[in-house]
Amino acid sequence: MEHFLEDRKSKLEIFRTRVRKKIVKTEKIDIPSDLFIKCESCQELIYNDDFLKSYKVCPKCNYHFRINARERLNLILDKGSFQELFTELRTTNPLDFPDYEAKIKSYQEKTNENEAFICGLGMINKIPVALGVLDSYFMMGSMGSVVGEKVTRLIETALEKRLPLIIFSASGGARMQEGIFSLMQMAKTTAALKYYQDAGLLYISVLTHPTTGGVAASFAMLGDIIISEPKSLIGFAGQRVIKETIKQDLPEGFQTAEFQLEKGFVDLICDRKDLRNVLGKILSMHKKED
Amino acid sequence: MLNQLEEQVWNRVLLARHPKRPTTRALIDFLITDFIELHGDRLFGDDKAIIGGIGYLGKTPVTVIAEEKGVTTEEKIKRNFGMPHPEGYRKALRLMKQAEKFQRPIIFIIDTPGAYPGIGAEERGQAEAIARNLMEMIKLKVPLISIVLSEGGSGGALAIGVSDEIWMFENAIYSILSPEGFATILYKDVSLAKKCASLMKLTSFDLYQYKIIDRIIPEVKNGLQDNAKYSFEVVKKQLIKTIKELQKLPTEELLARRFKKYRNIGVYEEAN
Repeated sequence: MEHFLEDRKSKLEIFRTRVRKKIVKTEKIDIPSDLFIKCESCQELIYNDDFLKSYKVCPKCNYHFRINARERLNLILDKGSFQELFTELRTTNPLDFPDYEAKIKSYQEKTNENEAFICGLGMINKIPVALGVLDSYFMMGSMGSVVGEKVTRLIETALEKRLPLIIFSASGGARMQEGIFSLMQMAKTTAALKYYQDAGLLYISVLTHPTTGGVAASFAMLGDIIISEPKSLIGFAGQRVIKETIKQDLPEGFQTAEFQLEKGFVDLICDRKDLRNVLGKILSMHKKED
Repeated sequence: MLNQLEEQVWNRVLLARHPKRPTTRALIDFLITDFIELHGDRLFGDDKAIIGGIGYLGKTPVTVIAEEKGVTTEEKIKRNFGMPHPEGYRKALRLMKQAEKFQRPIIFIIDTPGAYPGIGAEERGQAEAIARNLMEMIKLKVPLISIVLSEGGSGGALAIGVSDEIWMFENAIYSILSPEGFATILYKDVSLAKKCASLMKLTSFDLYQYKIIDRIIPEVKNGLQDNAKYSFEVVKKQLIKTIKELQKLPTEELLARRFKKYRNIGVYEEAN
């Protein structure tokens, strides 16, 4: 038996080193760079049209690429129903932090957004909602004064109009450059949320890649229903910090959406293509009879 | 090389972390008579990084919830250097609800480098535990006072820091992250921590000026380790006075004031 295994092992090794290499070797072909994109997870080449049609999800391995706030709004809301709110809020530099204004400006130019949170009123299957999206492309979706104020005002608007509230999180956490003011936005947003929830209204929190730090440790983790996209990184502390603290490697799948589901911190994991539909159903079940 | 301001701020960080600086247990012993410690979150276990219990402040029964770093090496390890796990924050919340039921004011003493970043802490929902406390504290129907004794690190401090009044010892620091963590995240260079400390505006004077905190507890010239009694007496006198005042407020007004305090934090401009 042992001999058989040894033999098999050596044959496999020969296969690996000789045969497979030959098969894989191919001529390089020139492909227009925008025709295909490479999956960040499985390395598969994806035809760009297919990729966009699938809402930036890899058709082979179901890897969900990050999308920006506008793409998210287009994906979720009824066409043409979005009315943006609180665009007048502008970031300043409360701590006089070096280069902060320049940094904000460069992100504004890169993303064409004023800040990392886009919010307003809209409809899903004709049901009116108050909805906000954190944009991970704007300073990693970090929460400073403006993001905190917009989240708070959105919650207050939802309370005033007695609308369901949906917030899509994607954030590295509180924004370092605004120091203690950023930290305090955690308290501010959750304070507003408490009054909203006590009024018997529905808050759905959708956690997308990544939701960590001060955003996870405030409004993101407090939904009546918490949904996550597959494989999203969700947690409090950053993985590098944890590794440095405990001086050991982290288990596979640590802090993923699937991990949070198993530990009991999210209600369900939902593929991006089904998200609008699932949100619509949940909203419909919570509709108030007039 | 540090400039003069950077030097000054870093000296405060060192004072906040002085090995002989009294820890929260000493403050509890000074403030509270007949202190009875209450353990456990009723869900998972008892986190020794947080001390909770009941006792008398003067003649008033109060609940005390305090992060404790420990004094001896052995105790420091037992208390995880004052870095709570989720069960610590859930114990805190249980005792807050208990205090509310029996209408006891709550004194929170903050002293932590931050919430513990570890595998078990994440498995048991560190983010959820902190978030839940922030949300519940805003509407607790009893007077709440949080006092930053030495280090107020990040969400780990805020999770027992949503109160009617926030006080800070003169040489304490309170910030979004430790200066070391801050330097690592922003500049990928921990050696810049000393420079970052002054950029972060983490001293009691900075935070008082920003109206984040309501009172600075004075310390003697060389710091609390030289003469704790002087500062502790100030705390006790002020606590008795402030709690009496807060107890006189109708609950609705107390909660409205607390909400307003947090609702107004943030610096931004409104374009036309």
